[in-house]
Order: sequence, then structure tokens, then C-alpha cells
Amino acid sequence: MRRVLPLLALLALAALPAIAGKFYVELVAKIMIMAVFAMSLDLLVGVTGLVSLGHAAFFGLASYVVALAAPDSYTAANLWTSLPLAIAASALLAFAIGALVLRTRGVYFIMVTLAFSQMVYFVFHDTKIGGGSDGTYLYAKPEAKLGDWTLVDFGDSTQFYYTMLGLLILTFAFLRLVLASRFGHALAGIRSNEQRMRALGFNTYAYKLAAFTLAGAIAGLAGYFAAVQFGFVNPEMLSWHQSANVLLMVILGGLGNLFGAIVGAFAFILLQDLFSSLTKHWLLLMGGFVILVVMLLPGGLTRAGEAWRTWRMPARDA
Amino acid sequence: MLEPVLTAHNLTRRFGGVVAVDDVSLEIRHGEIHALIGPNGAGKSTLINLLAGELTPTSGTIALRGDPLPRARPHRRARLGVGRTFQRSNVFRDFSAFENCRLAAQAWLPRTWALHERASRCAVSGAAATRALAAVGLSARGDVLAEALSHGERRELEIAMCLATEPSVLLLDEPLAGMAAEESQRVLELLRQLKTGRAILLVEHDMDAVFAVADVITVMANGAVLASGSPQTVRNDVGVRDAYLGEPI
Amino acid sequence: MDVSILLIQILNSVQYGLLLFLVASGLTLIFGIMGVINLAHGSFYMLGAYAAFTLSALTGNLFIAIALGVVLAVAFGYLLEWVFFSFLYRRDHLQQVLLTYGLILIFEELRSIVVGDDVHGVAAPAALAGSIPLGTTMTYPVYNLLISAACLVVAALLFGLLRYTRLGMMIRAGASNREMVRSLGIDIEFLFRVVFALGVALAAFAGMISAPASSVYPGMGNQVLIICFVVVVIGGIGSVPGALVAALLIGFVDTFGKVFLADYAGILIYLLMAVILVWRPEGLFRESAV
Repeated sequence: MRRVLPLLALLALAALPAIAGKFYVELVAKIMIMAVFAMSLDLLVGVTGLVSLGHAAFFGLASYVVALAAPDSYTAANLWTSLPLAIAASALLAFAIGALVLRTRGVYFIMVTLAFSQMVYFVFHDTKIGGGSDGTYLYAKPEAKLGDWTLVDFGDSTQFYYTMLGLLILTFAFLRLVLASRFGHALAGIRSNEQRMRALGFNTYAYKLAAFTLAGAIAGLAGYFAAVQFGFVNPEMLSWHQSANVLLMVILGGLGNLFGAIVGAFAFILLQDLFSSLTKHWLLLMGGFVILVVMLLPGGLTRAGEAWRTWRMPARDA
Repeated sequence: MLEPVLTAHNLTRRFGGVVAVDDVSLEIRHGEIHALIGPNGAGKSTLINLLAGELTPTSGTIALRGDPLPRARPHRRARLGVGRTFQRSNVFRDFSAFENCRLAAQAWLPRTWALHERASRCAVSGAAATRALAAVGLSARGDVLAEALSHGERRELEIAMCLATEPSVLLLDEPLAGMAAEESQRVLELLRQLKTGRAILLVEHDMDAVFAVADVITVMANGAVLASGSPQTVRNDVGVRDAYLGEPI
Repeated sequence: MDVSILLIQILNSVQYGLLLFLVASGLTLIFGIMGVINLAHGSFYMLGAYAAFTLSALTGNLFIAIALGVVLAVAFGYLLEWVFFSFLYRRDHLQQVLLTYGLILIFEELRSIVVGDDVHGVAAPAALAGSIPLGTTMTYPVYNLLISAACLVVAALLFGLLRYTRLGMMIRAGASNREMVRSLGIDIEFLFRVVFALGVALAAFAGMISAPASSVYPGMGNQVLIICFVVVVIGGIGSVPGALVAALLIGFVDTFGKVFLADYAGILIYLLMAVILVWRPEGLFRESAV
């Protein structure tokens, strides 16, 4: 049953453009981009145990890079140069910030990740780079060409959708590989008991920095395509609300198994759409929802089965 | 004369006004079990933490095979061959016993960046883990989650994890604590086998165990060394008797 | 820069630093004693400012409004701890972050529903609405001096409480070693509730007293929160003296930064934090374990 569900979901995703209208195709493409973003954070929070409240900085930086990489607002950037550039920028920023913030632990770590991403936010909000608080437009989508032949037209919703689906699958597969490797196991060990890992000879700082940088790079990948789809970038993409939202997606879905990040992204964005259609003050509903989820489903939706079993059975001795 | 592997010279560690370790010097030699005994609060755990690198000394030096250890952090020292166990079982609770040892064995392996190599298929760390579990007698419990092991089994797992890193010095912090008699005997026998080719520092409260297995005994009280020497010498030392052992054994 | 401008900037720095201190001291105590990371702390500042606006409109007198506001804040803090925060102590940091984030959303929307989203000004009392001359050409608002004075008084009271009363001693003990205080048989629940209410009152008071000098607007809580995080990181968790030093440092860096660097001033305090992190990852006043 557990193996069948993901396959069915994959089939449904693959079939969607054939059965649904443009609105839904674009919505699900957006969700898949956020799922990639959420998976990158899951690598940090769920696998390594690093609660970062500033992950949007790497997402947003890549968005700005693609917007600024176009020679002018009317000429398209080149995918083959702008994408690696955006990912490299995010990775570099993650490496620089990580090198500093990983010197701290626990509550300090959470606070400094928030603080540094605010710094990045202010750089884009207060200065003229990228248009300040007004943001900047991407009038032309990047071109994915080989010679004269256009591989993918990002302006076409269906083609863009399938590219994002491919991206989601590739990222998922890549991260599964990482989790199964010695490196991934070491990250899990750090989450379980960092002091022990050090006593065994692991340079935990180096492992954490590598994970932080990798997560930042993948967030950049997501941020690039988010900008491509939306056509507009502004500082809100780097705001701490964005960081809190993606954190929420991961915990909503369940930490550490990557599926949770995907499920969480779907659940969160669909709920956000639902709530905002109900009332102007939908944030009230969202706030209440957040509290309920954390209180009642701490393991997230993908572990709802376990949670259900725990409620029904009497408490065992630890 | 056996060759010293880990030596401490005039180690002192203060915490604010409290002197936890007071001018302690000792040698842990190759092929020997060096026991460290003393009442609670004598500074034994602090000393182990100093030797393992979890704490930095206020003054004094530590040398490994003659080379002074700089303010080396725990992971560097572990890489240099200093293995330790913890007084309170400090295992990876959500991993199985086998996985615990395998992870320990992995610490030294090169090519950490090889993302495409599955950890579970790694022959080298798998073999080291199997050996370590067998040495402490936990082979049958390899698949059990560390959380689900009994207290004694977890103490054994502590030792197994330390062994999986193939250290040249073992710093054992009360490995027998809470173990049943039969388990204790097994561990003591293990220690006797292990000492050839290694240097072992054994902090323990169980006097029978200590006198049964130690080659050298150092007695600490109030952070300082009271006496040090062969079990016979220590047994007969008047100062030690008064402060700690009470009646002559 | 001429002397009177320099003096104005110094006064501004001190005022900003002291206000930050009031908010941050509550935050650092709550972290230090209860081990709870509270993202909603900025909301108390915001709620205080809006309360000053509403209450002074109702009563016609700012000081009465502030007095009332403080009483309400203490009661609110006490209740909030009892009904909500006491459930957070056993949770891990990630859950605390998200739960208090949910709380921010709720507070913001409730405020939006009750008072609206408009930006407001609050009038200073007539007697204090003037300015005093500084040098030959510059003046400085009297009310701003009052803000600094009031904050100094509150800060002094806080230090007095912590140093000279039994309650203060328990708080200081709790901030440095929570487990120990528990095992000493002190009524920990009451202590937590008091500390929380104190934190809320300090933040709300800061919001109230500064309302006439700066505008009352929806995003003010979040803005102050993040800067308070920087204060706590620099000063060290649980250290009230640390929070004071850090807050004043930030007050100066930010104010003078805006004078000299305009656009890039916003990032200066984060650079400051980065520098301190390299040197002392646990904050200036925190004893490191090793």
C-alpha cells in the first residue's frame, strides 16, 4: 500500500495537464517548485536536525539572479548560463552564512539564521539592486536552446509543468541517494547525537556546512524556476514569512522522509488558497491551523497513521 | 617497561572557584589496563573529558605517543586513535545496534563525498561493525533498536562502538555501571583480551572488578592523585585506606 | 558633524537602545528561564502600541492609558502563559518556533479585525509636546527625552528587582540553571508565569511609551522582534546586563549607520552580529562551557 500510493500520485501528476485546465496546471507546477524548496529544507531540518528559519534567502537570491541575468528586461537570459549561475550564487551564500551560523547551536542557531536572512532581505529591500521594495520584472522567460532548436518553451504552461515534474522527480531521486549514502547516514547520526559523532571522529561542523550548502543550492534551483513562472521578483520572496512557510510545509508533511516535504507543500498551498477564499482575515485561520497541526500531528501528515495508533493505545513506558 | 601511549602532565581544570582536576599526571601504557578509582566527585569523569578533548585544561599538557596534543577537539583526537565511552549511555537511540557500530566504523573511511555509494553496502564498515558486536557478545541483537536494548546491553554497545573505530587508546568511563554479574564478567574478559595491542584507562567503582583486571591503579580524591602503582601497592597504601578503602582488603 | 547634531544622534541612539533593551530583556529572560523561543514577543510590542492608541483615545490622557495598558499587559501575559505557553516547555525548538509563529498570525489578524490596519499617530501630552533647544539651530523633542528617562527608570527597577529581591534571585538562578531551581522545590509554575508576564509587560510598555514618537503600524512587531533576536544573540541568552550592553551597542551602530551609510545601514547590525559570532558564538556575557 505504501509503495502504491506514491506511484499513483506520480501517475496523477503526469496525467494532470490532459485533464485539467490551465489554472490548475499552473497551480500544481507552482506547488512542485515549492516541494523542491521544501525538500531542500527537509535535508537540513528533518535529516540533520538543523532548524533554519532563514532558508528563503537562498530561494530568493536565485530568483533575483535570474531576473538580473537577463541583459535587459526584454531580452531572454540563457538557461544554460543563468541556471548554474543562480545555483552557484545560492550555494555560495549558503556556504558563507553557514560557515558563520554553524558556529552556534540550538536556539542561537535558529535566531541567527533568521537574522542573516533578514540581512539579505534588507540588501534587496533597501538598496537599488533589483529595484528595491518594488521588485523587478522578468519580461522574457529564459531560453532553453541547443543551437537553434528550442528544447523547452517555459512560456507554455504544459511544457513548463512537465519540466517541473521532471525537476521534482530528479531532486527527489538525488536526495534519496544522498540519504542512503555514508554522508547521509552521518547527517542522521548528527541529528541523533552530535556529541557522540564528534567523539567517534566525525568533523560534524564540516558535515553540517556541506549539508547547509547543498540545501541552499537546491533552494536556489527552486527559486530560479519560481521566478521564471511568476515573472516577477520582489524582496518578499526572501522574507522570513517565506522561511516560516516552508518550515511549516516540512513539519506539516512530516520530517526526514522527503515525501513529507512534497505532501506538505501540496497541503499547505492548497489550504492557503482555501483559507484566502473564505475570508479576508485568512491568516487567522492559518495561525490556528498551524497551532493545531503542531499540537495534534507533530509527526506530520505522512506519519498520521502512527499518530492515530498512538492515540488509540494506552501510553507505554518509555 | 611498556611504552606510554597517552600521558598527562600536571593537568589542572578549574570551573570558576572549583578545582575539579588538581595537578594530575598519569601514564597509560601500551598493553596495560590502567584503572582510575576514587569516590564520587573525585574528578575522574572530568579527567576523562580532558583526555578525550571535550574539555580544555586550565593548565598542564597531554601527549599522545610523545607528541603533545594541542587544544584538539574531540573529533581530532578520535581520529588520532583515542576512543572513549560515556558514563551515561550515549548511543544513537533511533538506530539499531548494528547501525550504531557501522556508523562508528564509518568515521575513518575516506571518500565521504561519494554520494552514490550506499552506506548499507559498505563492506569495510559493515565488517568492522560485525566484529565489534561479536567482541562484546551482541551479535544476536544487531537489528534491535538501541532504545529497546536493556541497560546492560547498551553499556556493551557503548564499548562496541568504541571498538569499531579501532582505537589505540580506550578511555572507558564506568563501563560496568548497572551491569549484571554475568555481563560484567564478560566485559572484564573482553578487556583482558583487548589490552594486548592497546592502552586502556578504566574508570570504575566496582572494586572487585578493578583489582581483578587492572595492571596499574591510580586513586583520586578531591581532584588530586592520592596514590598510584600496582594493585598490591595501592591496596597497602595507608593514605588510600584511610580516605577510601577503609578496612584493609 | 557639528556638536548639536552629534548630540541628537547620541540621544537617539540611547533612546533606541533603551527601548530595544526593554523588549529584549523580556525575551532573553523567557529564553533563559523557560527555554522557550518565542517568535510572538514582537507582537506584544505592537499590541502595546495599539493599546496606547486605543486607550489614550478613550481616556484622553496618555499616562492613564499607559498605566492601564501595563496592568492589562500583565494580566494578559499571565493568562497567555497559563493557557498556551505552559504547553510549549516540553516541546522541541522547532515546534515552539511554529507554534509561536501561529500565534503571531493570530495576534496580527485579531488586531486587524478589532482596530484595523491603519497607521496611527498618538499624541504626546500637551505639556510634553514641545522641544528644547540644542545649540543654536537644532531642537530636540521633550517627549523623546521622557522616553529615555522612563526606560532608564524601568531598567533600574528591573535591575533592582533582579538583584535585591527574593523573586529576582530565583529568576537569576533559573536563568543560569533551570534544573537546579526545579529541584530546589521552588514553585516553578508560578515563577514561569511571573517571568512571562513581566516580559510581556516590558515589551508592551516599550510599545506604549514610544508610540507618540514613532508611528503605530502593523509590521512594527516583526521588525522589533528580529532586532531583539540580534540583541539576545550578541548579549547572550539569559543575561539581562548582556541585553543592555548589546541593545545600546545596536542603538548606536544603527543610528550612526543611518547617518553615514544611508541605504546600507539596515545590514550593519547583522554584520556586527556576524563579527561577534566569529569571536564569541555564545554571546558576550555567556560563559562558554569549554
